[in-house]
This record gives sequence, structure tokens and C-alpha cells, in this order.
Amino acid sequence: METTAFQKIYTKITQITKATCSLKAEGVGYEEIATVNGRLAQVVKIQGDNVTLQIFSGTEGIPTNAEVVFMGKAPTINVSDELAGRFFNAYGDPIDGGPAVEGKEVEIGGPSVNPVRRKQPSELIPTGIAGIDLNNTLVTGQKIPFFADPDQPFNQVMAMVALRAKADKIILGGMGLSNDDYLFFKNIFENAGALDRIISFINTTENPPVERLLIPDMALTTAEYFAHEKHQKVLVLLTDMTLYADALSIVSNRMDQIPSKDSMPGSLYSDLAKIYEKAVQFPEGGSITIIAVTTLSGGDITHAIPDNTGYITEGQLFLRRDTDIGKVIIDPFRSLSRLKQLVIGKQTREDHPQVMNAAIRLFADAANAKTKLENGFDLNDYDERTLKYAKEYSRELLAIDINVEIDAMLDTGWGLFAKYFNKSEIGIKDALVAKYWPKN
Amino acid sequence: MATNGKVTGIIANLVIVEADGPVSQNEICFIRHKGVDLMAEVIKILGNKAYTQVFESTRGLKVGSDAVFMNHMLEVTLGPGILSRNYDGLQNDLDKMKGVFLKRGEYTDPLNPEAEWVFTAIAKQGDKVEAGSWLGEVIEGWMPHKIMVPFKFEGFYTVKSIVKNGTYKTKDVIAVVTDSKGKDFEVTMTQKWPVKVPIRAYKEKPRPFKIMETGVRTMDTLNPLAEGGTGFIPGPFGCGKTVLQHAVSQQAEADMIIVTACGERANEVVEIFTEFPELDDPRTGRKLMERTTIICNTSNMPVAAREASVYTGMTIAEYYRSMGLKVLLLADSTSRWAQALREMSNRMEELPGPDAFPMDLPAIISNFYSRAGFVYLNNGQTGSITFLGTVSPAGGNLKEPVTESTKKAARCFYALNQERADSKRYPAIDPIDSYSKYLEYPEIQEYLKNTIGADWVDNVTLAKDILLRGKEVSEQINILGDDGVPIDYHEKYWKAEVIDFVVLQQDAFDSIDKSTPFERQKFMLEQVLDIYKTDFDFKSFEEVNPFFKSIINTFKQMNYAEFKSEKFNGYLEQIKNKINERKAV
Repeated sequence: METTAFQKIYTKITQITKATCSLKAEGVGYEEIATVNGRLAQVVKIQGDNVTLQIFSGTEGIPTNAEVVFMGKAPTINVSDELAGRFFNAYGDPIDGGPAVEGKEVEIGGPSVNPVRRKQPSELIPTGIAGIDLNNTLVTGQKIPFFADPDQPFNQVMAMVALRAKADKIILGGMGLSNDDYLFFKNIFENAGALDRIISFINTTENPPVERLLIPDMALTTAEYFAHEKHQKVLVLLTDMTLYADALSIVSNRMDQIPSKDSMPGSLYSDLAKIYEKAVQFPEGGSITIIAVTTLSGGDITHAIPDNTGYITEGQLFLRRDTDIGKVIIDPFRSLSRLKQLVIGKQTREDHPQVMNAAIRLFADAANAKTKLENGFDLNDYDERTLKYAKEYSRELLAIDINVEIDAMLDTGWGLFAKYFNKSEIGIKDALVAKYWPKN
Repeated sequence: MATNGKVTGIIANLVIVEADGPVSQNEICFIRHKGVDLMAEVIKILGNKAYTQVFESTRGLKVGSDAVFMNHMLEVTLGPGILSRNYDGLQNDLDKMKGVFLKRGEYTDPLNPEAEWVFTAIAKQGDKVEAGSWLGEVIEGWMPHKIMVPFKFEGFYTVKSIVKNGTYKTKDVIAVVTDSKGKDFEVTMTQKWPVKVPIRAYKEKPRPFKIMETGVRTMDTLNPLAEGGTGFIPGPFGCGKTVLQHAVSQQAEADMIIVTACGERANEVVEIFTEFPELDDPRTGRKLMERTTIICNTSNMPVAAREASVYTGMTIAEYYRSMGLKVLLLADSTSRWAQALREMSNRMEELPGPDAFPMDLPAIISNFYSRAGFVYLNNGQTGSITFLGTVSPAGGNLKEPVTESTKKAARCFYALNQERADSKRYPAIDPIDSYSKYLEYPEIQEYLKNTIGADWVDNVTLAKDILLRGKEVSEQINILGDDGVPIDYHEKYWKAEVIDFVVLQQDAFDSIDKSTPFERQKFMLEQVLDIYKTDFDFKSFEEVNPFFKSIINTFKQMNYAEFKSEKFNGYLEQIKNKINERKAV
């Protein structure tokens, strides 16, 4: 940020903590940005003429006579079509060696959409992954996170979903990404030849954690530009929201706020909701769909971060390693897409809901049979068949390396039913069985 | 003269204003920022400093900005035209707002000042009236909407004049009343009332003595909600809280439904916006939207207005109750409201209570719940507000402050159970943990005996015992194994399962099964209890499971069939035959 003429420069800081500094200043607006010795900061508290600034990159080495300049505006980003294909840091500055982007300057973290102006989400997003398309269908305007342990390949799955999703723009918000993961995303997008529709805002582990707080707003303000003004289908990827929430707790701690559950700030729900609720289907076409990652600690979903997320998002996708087939699958029991009802059997084949339910129910029977086996009870013929079915179902439909059309997934489902069960065991409406049960 | 002030401090949406005159707690003030007035409420006063919570984003606000105190608390506007509207938490009409995005400081009229209403007088000249007395009525949609003496009027008045029957606008004077000192007051069709103060224009509030039918069997049969009663639904995410609340809002036997979406997902409200104008109200044959008003403060809207939204909903409910109507108020979710209180308490640096919630949280919650109730109005008519709130306990743990505080205030407890949800036993209300205190009320028992059947209450108690026993034996079977327990245990377990599958589980997406009237609930309960009372003859435990499974399957088909239709009776016949085959001689 350049200083312009006639801007007042303050040089007397009265208090410095690890993330904030305070000084006496006048005419300062709330949430206004400033620079402190060139570092970007934002006003978080004003009391009389005493202004507290949160310095995004930390206060290391800031002297009491640092130069403080107020910019008279909230953080902004320049939006235009030139954003496409570019990589930026948390402040919206290019990190790919390219020139700064020209365009309309808009404040990030703008107002919410009037709920009566929203449209009901209605367009299916095909991903080719049966664990998603068949069991947990995604819809434009939806917000859904992957709940995954850090060792699971969530970034890979997310990149795959993004590339197959036929979105007009894909916006990646990387928070606390390892440099390796950043390069992974960069390479995979480049190799897919999709760079022209991808925009990335990246904060890696090498950058200060508090900077992350800007990433979702940068990504979503950009998304709003393309979705609302250009009527495009925009997919926003946010990884990893757990690290975002951790940054929130750092700031609230520095501001002497009383922590609530799991040392998280009391406003965690509102803070996360403000981000996720940007997912929307606009009335004039155009939509923002958010796919996020929330890493768990040991699969614990009662921790404040996944718990609050679950109350906000429209379902969640669980990854699990299935040792029977040696692959990662989308767990059909714990995953849920709340919006799938809006499209399955309507935009997909009529048998979709019933095939989905029957397949999962039989998979559950297999889980029971397995427990029985482990407890030393005898298995009957049905149990044996469900176990064989489960293995094949897991390999052919749940594994994340599947890439087929939804009709093919349904046909695979019918094939498995016919192979292991008789018609009365699958509990599907007679009319559908007559139509889709494999002939030979 | 109005009190003015200047902003001296800003911490997120807590703004400190130095006032130049008297200020009262909960007074509304407007803070001027770049030509836009931002509404705020005083929540603490220290010397001449008023701590206000701003109902909008405070981005860009500066110290030294002007503020004007309005000399009244947060108020809603009451009058004809509230029905079928979509409001935000501060009663702004969302449909009147321009643009796709909400604009800060845009406040819209909740009523339509241009609309004309056909007025019919009820009171006549010389009548003695008081606050809440019916002066006349207009037809709002399909509902007679009473025009009342404003609730703010104290003492008794005499009607000096009342307009002739005819067409009037909401701001037109329709009557003049005179107080005991001979002073005249003009009355229009609209009035204002502060949301945090209960409207007490009624004679008495008896204990609830009637049941409100919801069509949801596990509620109506096992743990009924009383008309004028209170209940709450806690449950982890993904257990079907919202589906259940939507089902109740569609089917409940009420004249008016107020849905308060408090800090929840916007797409869920959009679902109501999209579907309610299309769905038929089974009781009136009209569209559901015609008896519904939505107060909507979704999770991304300003936090302070979230707190206001539940009070706005309750005040509108009280207004319609004073007209002698049966109102059902739903709030999803009260936890978000409590969290809004926590955020403010935190910013004011109050000493925190458990989980950083304010110390007076239990008092605030019980105060709010106490505003519901069945009332006798001053003219002898009756009205009621039945309140059903959801709670979103952190981590699904019911031992957290909001659930515990609500448990003390609400009389019905519908615990959603994760295990039931996982095994797709919907609605996932736990039949063992849930309760309705109303079942213990002698007046409710009397009512149930008179309206449903003399043995109804005993049957319900029996069904609950069977379910509890079923749970106990199922634990035994799990520990000892199928062949480690007597056959009798399997029979007991499956008899409880019959009740679970046939009465408790209900398909919210099936056009017939989704709503069951009491008559049918009674019939079905009797059927499953008959099975319980029958002695069966099983040679081994392996015969028990298939027999009951086939009975349950036929019962389920029955639930999907029209009551007492040929199909329905056919299934009944099939069940009787199956039972006779297995009956012990």
C-alpha cells in the first residue's frame, strides 16, 4: 500500500502485544486498515482517541516510534476478469510474479444477501465420485466441508472435485497450507490446463497465522463478483478451516476475550457462519458453492470447530480408509448432503433415491454381520452374502478413485443387488425392480 | 427535548456513546454514520456513558459520530398486514428491501400504509373499554383481525365515537376513547409495543388443559404438547431438528404460525419461502403461507438483531393471542440467541458464567418461555401461544448451559437421539428420555379421557413401559447373546419394536404418513397394544424375528394407506390372520 500526500503519520505507539499495538489517533474508522512500518494492520478497538490495531504479520520488531498511516477504508480487493489464473497472498497481492490486478476496488467481507432474494439451490454438481454423486449429491449454492483427519488425502479429493465440477471459476482459499500442498494445487491445476478459470489466495505455513483471517473474505468477495455480477457458477475451496479457527482463537486471546468451549472465541459460530453463508444461488443465475476442509483431531466431531461447522453447513463428507479394499472411501454412514433431496430422482434417474438407500442399508447389514463375526457368533447365509457385497460395493462405488456418470453408478448398484441378493431382499418398490433389475 | 450523544468507543458492535441527558436501559438510539442511521440498543449505562449494541455492522464508524436517543425501547408495529409477511429480526419487511444484498441502515415499514381494510365495528359508543378491548375487526387474508384499544393505555376508557363500517387505512382514526379525567385519545388500527415487555391484556392465565395436535405420533401419543404449553427439542446436528420443526409448523392445529429462524441456515428459510406458498394447509384448504409469518435472522445477519428476533416473534404472537387466536410460535434455534447474549456479555467484560455464557442466562430463558400460555381475555374469550424451541447443544452434549436452563423452563422435552438418527429411525425423538409434564396434569388427563378415550392415558403409560422394558431386554440380549436368554425376552423385545416401528417412526416425506390425526393414532395404538397383550407360541428364538418383521412390514404399509380405506382394512385383516396363526392356545 502506497502512502499518498497529506496523510497524517503517527509515530507514537503506546502499547504493543504479540498481535496488536495501540496509539492515540483521531478520525479513525472501525475496521479501517493502516500500515505500521509498512505492515498491514486493522482497527479492532477504538476508545476515545486510543486506537488498537491488529497487525496481521505480527508485532516482532515493531518499535514504539513506528510510522502508522491510516488508509481510511476497510481491506479491499480489485476485482475484474484479470483475476483469473492468478495466485495471490492474503492481502490480495500477486505472488506469481505477475503485475498487480486492475479493476473495481471493493471492500471484502461485505453485506449478506437478503434471504428473500435467494433462490432455492437446484442444480446438481456432478463429480464422478460415486461416494458423492450417488450417496451425497452436491448442489450449486451448497456449503459442505470434508471432515477428515490430517493424514487423509482431502486436498487431493477436493482438487479432483473442483476440476470435474464444470464450474466457471474455481477459487482456492488456502489457509496454513504447507508449501508442498500449495505446489500440489498449483501443479494439478496447471496440468489439467484449467489455470484460466482458477484464482488462488494462499497463506502457507511460512506466513504469519493471523494473515489467514483475510483469506476467506478475499476468496468470497472475488466469488461474489463473478457469481453476482457475471452470473457465473463459482466453486470456492477453503482449506483448512480448522487453521482459520485457530487463528481466530489467537486473536481473541490477545484481545483478552474470555474463551468458551475448547479455547475458541464465544463468537466462533457467527464467525464461521459469516463465511459459509456466502454460499448462495442468485436469482439471475450465478451461484457460489463452498467446499471446505475441517481437519479433525482423531475423528472427534464434538470439538468446537467441527461441531459449530456441522450446525452451519449443509452436511459433511467423511473420508475413511477401508482396510478391506485398501482404499480411501467416502463413509456412507457419517456423510450427509442435506440438499441432495432437491435433485436426486428429479434431475437424476427416478430410481436414484431407492438405489442409494437400499445399497447403504445392505452395507449396514454387512457391518452388523462383521460385528457378529468379531464377537464369535455364527454367520448365516445372508450375512455371508452381505459381506461379499460390501467389499464389492466399497470398491466399485465408495472408493474415491471412481469416475463415472450417475446412470452408470445406478446400473452398478443394480448389478450388485442382482449378484448377491434376491428381489425381495433389497426392499425397493416393485415398479422400479421390474424396470431396472438386470435381465440376465 | 431528546437526549443526544457522541460516540466515544467502538469494539465490534458494542458502541459507547456519551449522552448529554437522561438515558434509559434498553432505550433505542440511532447512530449517524455517513448519512445513514444505524439502530442500536442501550444495554449498560455507566455515568454519562451508554453502552449500546448496534444492530448493524459498525465498519467505518468513527469516534465523535452523532447519536440520538429515541426515548423508547425496541418496539414492533402491530396492525393488520402482519400475516404472511417475511420480516427480519427487527420487523423490517424483507420483501420491501431493494437489491440482492442487505443494505446497512435500511429500515422498511412492516405494514402497508396504503392498504385498505374493511372495518366492522364491535364496540359501540358509550362502551367501557380497556387495553386490549376489541373495538372492531378487519379481515386479514381469511382471518378476522381484531382492532384493539392499544396495550399502552392504562385504566378504563369510554368509547366516545367509533367510525362507521367501511374501508380504512391502517393510520386512519377508527375510534376516539375518553379516559376517566375526560381526556380524549384517538385510536388507529396500528399500535407499537416494546418487545421485551410481555403484553398482559388478559384476565387470567390458567394451567394448560387442552392438547395441541401436531400429527407427529411420537409427540402426540407419547408426550403431547399442550395448547399454550412450552416444549423444546435439543439434538446434535443431523438428527432432524429442522425437519421435525417444519413438520410441526405444517400440521399443527393452530390459527397462526410464527416461525422465528434465529441464527440458522439461510437456505432453510428459503425452503419455507419456496414451499409454504405452495403447500396446502390441511385444516383450511388454503396455502400454508396464509397462516404463517416468518421472522428471519439467519446466521450471517447482525448478531444483536438475532436476540431481538425471538422477542419480535413473541410479541407478534401475544398480539394475535389477544384477538382470541391459537398461535404456535417456533424458534430455531434458541442456542444461537444465547450465543448472541454471550458475545455481548463478553464484549462488556462481564464476569462469565458456565461456558462463558452470561450468569443470568437461565433467568432470561425462563422469562421468555413464561410469556407463552393459554389465557382468558378480559371479554371472556380465549387465546393461546404454544411455544416450541430448538436447542443446538455443543457437541451434542445435553449437559451444557443452554439445554440445562431450557430444561428448567420448558414443560416438554423432546430429546433427539444420535443413535436413532443413525439407524434412520425418524423422527429421532428418544421415547425413553423425552417427557411431557402435561401428561401428569389432572386437567390434561381429564381432557384426554373425554376427547380421545377413557383408557387413553393408561394405554399411553403402558406403551411407555413396554418401550422401556424393550430397551432393557435388548441390552440383556446384546450381553448374553441370542440363545443366552429365554425366548420370552425376544418376544418382549420385538413387541417394543412393533410400537417403535408402527407408532414412533413416521415418514415426514409421505403424503399420508406425515400427519396422523388423533383418531387414527388411537386406533393404531390399540392395534399394537393388542399384539402386546397376545401370547404367542414360538418354538425357538429364530422364529420370533421373522414373525414380527413381517407384522411390522404390513403395519408400515397400513401407515402409508388412507385411514379405514379398503387397502387399510385389507392390511389389518392380513395382520389378524398372521396373529391367529401364531397365537398360543
